[in-house]
Amino acid sequence: MNKYVKQIKEGIVDQNPTLVQFLGMCPTLATTTSVSNAVGMGLAATAVLICSNVFISLLRKFIPKEIRIASYIVIISGFVTAVELLMKAFFTPLYDALGLYIPLIVVNCIILARAEAYASKNPVLPSAVDGLSMGLGFTVALVLIASVREILGAGTWLGLRVTPASYEPALIFILPAGAFLTLGMIVAAVNKGKAFAAAYADAHPKPEGVDVLPDEMVTEAPAAESEAAAENNEPGNEPNTETNSEESEVTANGSAD
Amino acid sequence: MDQLIDILLLMLSSVLVQNFIFAKFYGICPFLGVSDKPATAAGMGMAVTFVITLSSAATWAVYNFILEPFNLTFLKTIAFILIIAALVQLIEMFLKKFVPSLYQALGIYLPLITTNCAVLGSALLNIQNEYSFVYSVAVGFAAAIGFTMAILIFAGVRARLQFAQAPKSFQGMPLVLISAGLIAMAFSGFSGISF
Repeated sequence: MNKYVKQIKEGIVDQNPTLVQFLGMCPTLATTTSVSNAVGMGLAATAVLICSNVFISLLRKFIPKEIRIASYIVIISGFVTAVELLMKAFFTPLYDALGLYIPLIVVNCIILARAEAYASKNPVLPSAVDGLSMGLGFTVALVLIASVREILGAGTWLGLRVTPASYEPALIFILPAGAFLTLGMIVAAVNKGKAFAAAYADAHPKPEGVDVLPDEMVTEAPAAESEAAAENNEPGNEPNTETNSEESEVTANGSAD
Repeated sequence: MDQLIDILLLMLSSVLVQNFIFAKFYGICPFLGVSDKPATAAGMGMAVTFVITLSSAATWAVYNFILEPFNLTFLKTIAFILIIAALVQLIEMFLKKFVPSLYQALGIYLPLITTNCAVLGSALLNIQNEYSFVYSVAVGFAAAIGFTMAILIFAGVRARLQFAQAPKSFQGMPLVLISAGLIAMAFSGFSGISF
């Protein structure tokens, strides 16, 4: 059980498909104009990811090596079509809002990457957990980006007004340019968090035999950082923290990767 | 004549206003992946243009002559991705045999195009907008030109970024994303033009 918890944590934090591995950038940038779209997209992709991982893992001994990529794509597009039809039937407003990006889940590199790198080599249960963990990582990243964009760009969160009436929404964050800018800032914040975590791990060497500790530190730092970034999200704030932590940064760099 | 002008305006709007990269976010992976040198960016752009133009024609024919008459339109995603994969494979074999120089130039980019959402996206977009055959091919070609233009412009910007002294946490991907955002801002200026 513990193994699976660790696997899920890995997918959401250390190996986050969006913020660390930069996979599936198209839906990440396109569907994060509002939190509800982001949740819908994230969960749709998660459903496809779990199903395709389970199915590919079941068939891993039967699919010939030469045509495996083509087979994976057919399996994935089958599940995508199923999800598309279900969404059209039961979540029509969401289906209309996401539009063409639902069929485009087929070419989302996260799904093919997990099929190739994990599901084709591992048994069914770990593959299902891997699909869940990567899917949740994708969803969390989408919601984070969408929160920044929706709060700054429309003054709402999940459709509810959160900013004071005097706040003039900055439309640029809803426009395509805002997607690139927001993601850039968040990735920078995640990098910063990783550097801090590495510096902390350096300054406090881990005791022999306890390997849970550093993992937890890595978990805490990037999350806290990204939230901080979500609140200020101003380029001016970065250089400040940069100068303060210059020394720790230098020592951290050697062991960051 | 009217129709010709209509097509030309639609093509211009696909290149500038509805740009695949900066307005629709189709094909971001290759855009971020291979835009570090102008030469590779040009290769990718050429390969994508080639495949999108041909696949627009092929998917239009399959949708209107096979899927529509047999009421199988819900299978379009599966059908299109298979057509694109087969097409890419065919083009690769054809080029290898008859135009080795172009095959060398396109190199590894051809197989990667199967999972490029720009290709599937443009095929699905043609169906959604109910374009005729000529419109589909023309708009597909124009959208691919827009993709090539975006990736070439960005390769030029990225060549300069290498000498930029960015803060450590901004080096690499964050800086690339932020400069893409700045170019997207410039492109959003085109949305003022309406056709």
